[in-house]
Amino acid sequence: MAVREATLAGLSREQLLNMHYQMVLLRRFEEKAAEEYTLGKIGGFLHLYIGQEANGVGMFSALHPDDYVLSAYREHGYAILKGIDPHAVMAELFGKATGSSKGKGGSMHMYSNEHHLIGGQAIVGAQLVMGAGVGLAIQYQGEHRIALVLFGDGAVDEGAFHEALNLASIWKLPVVFVCENNQYSMGMAVTKAWAVSSLEPRAAAYNIPYRKVDGMDALAMREAMREAREHAVNGNGPFLIESLTYRFRGHSMADPAYYRTREEEQMWKATRDPIALFEEKLKAAGIMRDEDIQATNEKVDALVEDCVRFADDSPFPDPDSLYTEVTLDGAGAIAWRNKPSTPRE
Amino acid sequence: MAKTMETTTGATNVSTVTMGKALNLALHDALQNDSRVLIFGEDVGKLGGVFRVTDGLQDEFGAERVFDTPLAEATIAATALGLAMKGFRPVAEMQFDAFSYPSFQQVTSNIAKYHTRTGGACNMQLVIRIPYGGNIGAIEQHSESPETYYIHTAGLKVVTPSTPADAYALLTAAIADPDPVIFLEPKSRYWMRQEIALPMPPAALDKARIAREGSDATVIAYGPTVQTALAAAEQAAAEGTSLEVIDLRSLSPLDMETISASVRKTRRAVVVHEAPVFMGLGAEIAARVMHDLFDVLAAPVERIGNATIPYPPARVEKLFLPDADRILEAVDRTREY
Ligand SMILES: Cc1ncc(C[n+]2csc(CCOP(=O)(O)OP(=O)(O)O)c2C)c(N)n1
Ligand SMILES: [Mg+2]
Repeated sequence: MAVREATLAGLSREQLLNMHYQMVLLRRFEEKAAEEYTLGKIGGFLHLYIGQEANGVGMFSALHPDDYVLSAYREHGYAILKGIDPHAVMAELFGKATGSSKGKGGSMHMYSNEHHLIGGQAIVGAQLVMGAGVGLAIQYQGEHRIALVLFGDGAVDEGAFHEALNLASIWKLPVVFVCENNQYSMGMAVTKAWAVSSLEPRAAAYNIPYRKVDGMDALAMREAMREAREHAVNGNGPFLIESLTYRFRGHSMADPAYYRTREEEQMWKATRDPIALFEEKLKAAGIMRDEDIQATNEKVDALVEDCVRFADDSPFPDPDSLYTEVTLDGAGAIAWRNKPSTPRE
Repeated sequence: MAKTMETTTGATNVSTVTMGKALNLALHDALQNDSRVLIFGEDVGKLGGVFRVTDGLQDEFGAERVFDTPLAEATIAATALGLAMKGFRPVAEMQFDAFSYPSFQQVTSNIAKYHTRTGGACNMQLVIRIPYGGNIGAIEQHSESPETYYIHTAGLKVVTPSTPADAYALLTAAIADPDPVIFLEPKSRYWMRQEIALPMPPAALDKARIAREGSDATVIAYGPTVQTALAAAEQAAAEGTSLEVIDLRSLSPLDMETISASVRKTRRAVVVHEAPVFMGLGAEIAARVMHDLFDVLAAPVERIGNATIPYPPARVEKLFLPDADRILEAVDRTREY
């Protein structure tokens, strides 16, 4: 069979190569962001998605453009997958006026009306309850779309998780909850934080269907998301997916990850890298050749370089612009306007 | 490290430490001196806290006294409450200013009110430590100055150090105090160094400190802005102006006696904080000074702080933070009035 016509999991070669491209893009984008952070180009905190790409790429490939997405702060990749131009995402990380939120949101707060990305939350667990609210609005308006709520294993420890799942369940809200269990919340191992070893009993406690998925397998994530979306969008209420995954880097750029062993990290990187696994699978199925991988890498490298160039060349927001967009009428913010001081000689 | 600080009676141990280390030593000594002291929060154990304030304490005192909690701030605060009721001396950590908000309900509705609500039968001897303030190149939730929320709640004591020595002395006093203390740690000053001598007596929890004496105007600061005010005073001195700098230390209760005595002398006052000026602590101080010293004042009280906007993005925060120049301009305004 010709390479062009090969399929896997019901996906065309083109679709599969696109998923591969997206994973590579997410990886390179984050690696580049890390470099720029080290150079002092990016302020604040920076949480990288490296290692978890199969989750986002698999799930988003089963979403419809109208679906809403809410997440935590490890979300640059979600923003790109949801359709925000990576240039604007990079510029937002740089705090530039050309960023997707004019440089006012930063790395943890990606947002887009156009792409239905309700986006990143820096407060752990916030998106869970917010997602229930969005789900209620969708249900109220009789729309055929879902709210996808993404969170980490740490968010499960907040009361918000339990409040959101219960509410979504009793009101049968069209919300798909996905826990990307990367096994740590900062330095806290999930085995120490959870009273149970998986979310299955918790899903049962709120009468919500549950699937556990290999979060290093993009196609498995896609399949789970398809099932969950189908369930939720047709009025059957929420769905809970737990993926088992791993972040290859520290919690943020500031974290040397002393709380886990280098052997453990090495094991995941060497044997469970989602991109390598995907490439192997596609090559074995005769869908992808080494030339394809190289072409993708080159294309991505060029794009990411261009994103950085764009962000670098863009201006910072005008300080005066910070007084706007606080309240809609601008009234409150002006009350105690600061003037930058005039330096004395 | 903590082990080198054996406080054998009589002997003094002098060393130069950062504020973070001074806090660490205060926690260490509290653990050592009082078996009822327990320390907990997110990643305070093995990791030693994101600012390393609890570094090494679990190693030395064990996971029964210094322990990690799941990621659940309301529960952390309420756990402190439960422990305090049974006679422990809990010292809980909130990781950053805005992460204390999930615990706000427990703090304001329960911890602050138990003493009153029980007719004095139950007191809440506990400390909640919160790193606060900006100037570390972080974004909103990691840079806020939430003191007004806590000051506005009766039943809480709210304290903030500005130097390593005070960090030690105030935290020691906070742990020993029978009331609930919100202990705000100015995170931009965690790395400030100073020589301290231990053992050190605890500081009074309700007394401001004259950080520098002067005669032409009083600059009232606390936490992160005290060093800024001292820098301004240094520059003013070079220009021939003598500034008195008050370090409030306690934000609630407020030491009006020290403030009034100073302003009675200088007749001019500038309050400076990182929190928004609108309804910030400066508003209360200005009102009280105006009321108590109306006939003495030579100029209206000036206030310096942030604008009423969400904390600005990292890249532009310096434009909004109080600096020495803004303090000096405010002083000029009081002198030109
Ligand atoms: C309410 C709140 N408390 C604490 C924090 C600090 N914090 C940020 S991320 C994090 C760990 C979250 O882990 P998890 O939910 O597993 O997500 P991951 O970082 O692994 O993607 C903590 C404790 C926060 N952002 N918000
Ligand atoms: Mg996690």
